[in-house]
Parts: sequence; C-alpha cells; structure tokens
Amino acid sequence: MNRGLLTIAIALTLFPSISLAESASDNYRTYCMQCHGLAGNGMGANIQDMSVQPRDHTDAKTMGARTDDELFKVIKEGGLAINKSVLMPPWGDTFTDNEIKDLVKHLRKLCKCKHEG
Amino acid sequence: MNDQFEACHGGIYMLNRVPALLVSALTALLVPFVVYAGGADILKNQCASCHNLTGPAPTSLRDLWARKGPDLFYAGNKYRKEWVEAWLQSPNRIRPAGMFYVQHIKPGAKHDVVDESTLSPHMRLNADDAKSVAAALSTMKANNALIMAEKHDPGMSPGPLGEMMFDKIYGCMACHQIEPGYGGVSGPEVYTAGKRLTPEFMLSYIRSPKAWDPKIWMPNKNVPDGNMQKLVNYLIGLSKVNFDE
Repeated sequence: MNRGLLTIAIALTLFPSISLAESASDNYRTYCMQCHGLAGNGMGANIQDMSVQPRDHTDAKTMGARTDDELFKVIKEGGLAINKSVLMPPWGDTFTDNEIKDLVKHLRKLCKCKHEG
Repeated sequence: MNDQFEACHGGIYMLNRVPALLVSALTALLVPFVVYAGGADILKNQCASCHNLTGPAPTSLRDLWARKGPDLFYAGNKYRKEWVEAWLQSPNRIRPAGMFYVQHIKPGAKHDVVDESTLSPHMRLNADDAKSVAAALSTMKANNALIMAEKHDPGMSPGPLGEMMFDKIYGCMACHQIEPGYGGVSGPEVYTAGKRLTPEFMLSYIRSPKAWDPKIWMPNKNVPDGNMQKLVNYLIGLSKVNFDE
C-alpha cells in the first residue's frame, strides 16, 4: 500500500464519518435529477406546476451559449445570480468548488458541447 | 378487647393490604416507564430496519440512497407528539416520491413521474402501541443545541403574501406540495408540516438543512430571520386548511 492510500485508510479508520468528494454523476443523480430529469432533458418529476421550466442539459444550443464560469456561478449561487429563475437554488452549501467544477464538466458531457464564444 | 381486637385486626388488615397498596403505588409510578419501554421495544424490533434510531445521519451519497425512512434519532425535536400518535394509527405517505426519490420515479409521457409500483405503505399500529411509540420518540432529542438556538415568533404573520413567499420568492414549491397534488414531489408535502413538525425544527431546518442531514437534497435558500418566521407561520396556517372539502 502506498503512502497516499495508507493515509486515506488511517483517516477513514480514525474519522469514519469523514466526507469524501462525491463524483459528478452521483451528485447530479442526487441533487439535479429532481428537476432536470433522469435523462437531464429538463423533464424532471418536479416540473408539473413550475412557472419556469428547468434547463434541458442535453440541448447543445442553449448550453453552448453559457460559459463554464456562468455554469459554475449558477450552480453555486442559484438562478438569480445570472438573472434566471429563483427555482434554480444555490448549491454552495452542498458542493465544494471542486465538485462544482466536476459538475460543469458533467454538463458538457450531457450537452456534448462547449461554450461557443 | 374489642378495641384491642379491632386495633390488632385492623393492623393485620392493614398489613394484609400493604402488598396490594404497594403494587398499586408501584404500578402508578412505573406505568409511564412501562409504556416507554414498550415503545422503545417496538422501535427497536419493528422500526429499526428502515429508520435510523441512533444517528448519525448519512455522510455519503451511497448511505443517503440506502435510507428507507426518515431518521428518527432526533424525532423528539422534530415531530409533534400528538401528530405522531395519530399518524402511526393511520399512516399516509408524506413524501410523494418516497425516501430517495430517484429510486421511485420513471420517465413519463411529458416528464418523469412517480412510479407507484415501487412504493409500499407504512406499517399501521394500534392505539396503545402508537401511544407508546410516540412517547418513546418524544424522548429522542439529538441536536438539542440547534433547537435551542431558535425562537418561534407566532406574531410574525406573512399575511396574504405567505404563498407568494413560498412559491415565488424562495421557490420552495418546486420540490414541495402546498396542497394535495400541487407542487413538487421530491420533498415531503408541506401542507401538513405545521401540524407534523415543531416550529423550532422548521426554523432550524430552513436555516440549515445540512446541519440536520449533511447530504440531503434540500438546498439552503439563505432566508433572512424575519422571512423564516413568516414562512413557518404560513406553513402553520396552511396546515389548518381542510383540503378534503
């Protein structure tokens, strides 16, 4: 066992409740699918009575219009931070900045797109 | 003699009565504890397979996904005892999409929908057991400091703006139903929250959902103190509406 793995093993033994970073796909499944849908197409289970429909993350055209910085900001600070809907909440207390960066990469995979600046 | 006899037999009579009196006195003293012990036993034997009775709350997503029912180790700080007792005798689902919603939704014609076939009803208790379990749950008070930090002000009414605050200003309706069938499904219904939950728990949970449940999918909307009081008073008022009519 190398030193890094040993350190992690000791930390988990001493602090069993320690929280490690979650993968972007697991975070997306837990926190985003409720509104953005199982397929990421904006057709989540919650949308029936929403006044504003959630973004379709598979739509390359609209997702391509957003920079990675904008996506980071809207995840961390919520829709109002980029003049969008309050229904998109701030997730700053849920994800670390690194987890949000991973989520932005995950969104780019879903839309199969990048910012077309 | 008669007096002696009377005194003597009166004494004997009293001596004969001592065990019965003692039993009565002990019974009166112990009944609450017997009831409590019964409730604790029911919790341990019938509820622990789905509910966490000891804490801590899940600290990883895998543990979160595996959770089958609400954590109960702080039930005494969360629930109103009288609601627990009534609900256990006639349980109905509070979370439209179950405990971890992703496991209970499927693609639908227009959008994802709740997959009812994956959900099962909660066990029902008789009146005595429900009373015992409610009593036992009321003693489970983890996170006391969070509750003690809150002070509910019933006088801070939202007036007619309560629903607007809940729906439009803070967007809570995205995940919570404010009347049967209206609102989101990934969170628990809130039209019964006012009679189900203590005001201090509602205040504390809105202030910081992660302080109670580190991985929960409810975000912190950073609601200022005054508006938090108004939201809670809106929910208390909402719980008095009869939606069956």
